[in-house]
Amino acid sequence: MQQVFTRPESLKDVQTHFCPGCQHGTVHRLVAEALDQFGVQQKTIGVASVGCSVFLYGYFDIDVVEAPHGRAPAVATGVKRARPDSFVFTYQGDGDLAAIGTAEIIHAANRGEDITVIFVNNTTYGMTGGQMAPTTLVGQKTSTSPYGRNKAKDGAPIKMAEVLAQLGGVAYSARVAVNSPKNVLQAKKVIKRAFQFQAEGKGFSFVEVLSSCPTNWGMAPLAANERIGEEMIPYFPLGVFKDDPIAQD
Amino acid sequence: MSKRLFVKGNEAAAMGAIEAGCRYYFGYPITPQSDIPEYLSRELPKLDGEFIQAESEVAAINMLLGASACGVRAMTSSSSPGISLKQEGISYMAGAELPGVIINISRSGPGLGGIDASQSDYFQSVKGGGHGGYRIAVLAPNSVQEMYDLTMHAFDLADQYRTPVMVLGDSVIGQMKEALVPNPRPVRELPAKEWAVRGKSGGEQRIVKSLFLGDGELEAHNWRLHAKYRQMMEKECLSEEFETADATLLVTAYGSVARIAHTAVAMAREEGLKVGLFRPITLCPFPEEALKAAGQRAGRILDIELNTGQMVEDVRLAVGSGVEVSFYGRPPGAGSLPSPEELLDQIRKHYA
Repeated sequence: MQQVFTRPESLKDVQTHFCPGCQHGTVHRLVAEALDQFGVQQKTIGVASVGCSVFLYGYFDIDVVEAPHGRAPAVATGVKRARPDSFVFTYQGDGDLAAIGTAEIIHAANRGEDITVIFVNNTTYGMTGGQMAPTTLVGQKTSTSPYGRNKAKDGAPIKMAEVLAQLGGVAYSARVAVNSPKNVLQAKKVIKRAFQFQAEGKGFSFVEVLSSCPTNWGMAPLAANERIGEEMIPYFPLGVFKDDPIAQD
Repeated sequence: MSKRLFVKGNEAAAMGAIEAGCRYYFGYPITPQSDIPEYLSRELPKLDGEFIQAESEVAAINMLLGASACGVRAMTSSSSPGISLKQEGISYMAGAELPGVIINISRSGPGLGGIDASQSDYFQSVKGGGHGGYRIAVLAPNSVQEMYDLTMHAFDLADQYRTPVMVLGDSVIGQMKEALVPNPRPVRELPAKEWAVRGKSGGEQRIVKSLFLGDGELEAHNWRLHAKYRQMMEKECLSEEFETADATLLVTAYGSVARIAHTAVAMAREEGLKVGLFRPITLCPFPEEALKAAGQRAGRILDIELNTGQMVEDVRLAVGSGVEVSFYGRPPGAGSLPSPEELLDQIRKHYA
C-alpha cells in the first residue's frame, strides 16, 4: 500500500504538549516540510526564542540554539557568520520579535543576514498568560489591557512584515495565515519561497504567520480560528510585501 | 627571540585574541576600549574572520553566544555601562555552558560616571554580574604584556571549562603604551567541542540551551556549574608576590593600582620597611590559599583599590580573623588616581 501522507523527516515522532487548538504544530509542520524539500535538515541550525516557541527543539529533529528573549536574530547572526554553510532560521513569537527584540530583528534584517525568520503572530503573550502584545488589536482585551487596547495610550499594533519590507537588506517579506486549508497551502508556498532565498544565498527572508491562541483568547479552537479571518486579517493583510532576489546586490 | 612591539594595552588584547585563534568579534563603540573593535575591524577581514559592529551591546553578546555555540573562538569587548547591558547574555552563556571572551576596559560609575581608571566593577565581575547565581573566570592584567598573554589564556580557560571569561582592565591598562613581546599562543590540551551545533550532519541532535524544566534537572545543573567553579578554584588561581617573604605589612592590590602600589612598596623597602605586595591575577577564582599564606605570615594587610572597598571583602574572607586588614581607596574620577608617594604615606601609616 502506498503511503501518501508522512511525517516530515525534520520533525520528531513526539506527542504535542501545546494547548488544544494551538497552531504551533501546523507552523512546525510547514517549516519542516520546507527543510525536507530543500534537503537541508542535516545542516540546519534552528534558533529558538522565549515563549511557547522555545520548545522548538522538542519537535524538530535538528540542531538548535536557544536565544534569550528577543535576541534570536542576533544569535542567528553569530551562528550564520560562524557557519556560513549552515541553514539558519529563527522561530519567534510577537512579544519576542516585535517588542523586546525590536532592535535585533530590525538590524539583522537591515544587515541582510542570510537567515530566515518565522514570526508567529497570535496577538498575545502566550506562555506568560495572555498579556497585551505589540500586535494586540485595538480594543482587544488581554490580562494587561482589561479595558481593551487603547490606541491613544498603547499605540496601534505593529505590522512587522510591512515594516521590514522597507529595509534594504530584506530580500523577502510576507504575511500568511493558518486558519483555513487554503491559507495553510498558501503559507506552505510562502515559507518555501522564503527558504529558497537562503538556499540560494540571496539574503534575509521573513514570514509572518497569523495564528490563534485559543487558551489566552478565552475562545474555543474553532471560534479562535474564525477570529483570525474576521479580526486579524482585515488589520494584518495577507500578502507578499517584498520579493527581491537582488536585494543584496 | 620574538620581536618587541610598542603598542597600547587595548591593541595588545586584540592581538592576543588573534594569536589565540579568535576570528569572530562582535562589539559596540564605547570609550575607553574602542581601539579593540577598531583594530579587529581592520585585521579580522584579512584573516577571513568576521567583524560586526552590532546595534547594541545586547546584540553583540548574543552574536557571541551564537558564534560560540558553533564551537568557534569568539570575543566581544566593552566598558562598564556596556558590560551591564551584556549581563543578560553572559548569564545565558554561563547557563548554556558556552565559552567566550569578554574584555572589560572598565570605567567609572555609577551611571554614566566618567572614563577614568576604575575598579568599581569588581563585585559585578567576580560575583556573577547577571541573574541566576553563577561565576565566570575573571583575569586582571596590570600591563600591556599581560593584556596580550591573559587574553590568550582567557580563550583556553573558556574552552577548558565551557564558561565565559572576562579580562578586566581599565583606561590605564587599555590606553597606555608599553613594550610587548608577542609570545606564541600557549599550548594546552583542550576537550573537543562535541556539544557545538553544526547541523546534525548525520549525527545526534545537539541543543545549546539554559532552560531545564524536568524534575531535579536545574538543581543538578547548578551543582555541576558550581563544581566547575570549585575545580577552577583548585587549578587556575594566579597571583604575583613582590617582597613578601619577610614582610610584616602586606599590600594587596590588582590591575592598574597594583602598578602604583608596586612602586610604593619598592620605595618603602628603600626606607627599610618590610613591606610586600600581593597581586591577584585571577580575581575569580580568587587566589585564597596563596593570599592566606602570605597574609598570615605578615599578620597585617593594607588593601588598596580604586573604589570604596570591594576586593577587600574577599581579602578578609581569605585570611581569616587573625590578620588585621585595613583599606585605602580612591573612588574613580578625574584626578583621583593616587601617586606612589600617596600610597607610600599610607604604607607608613599602617606599618607597625
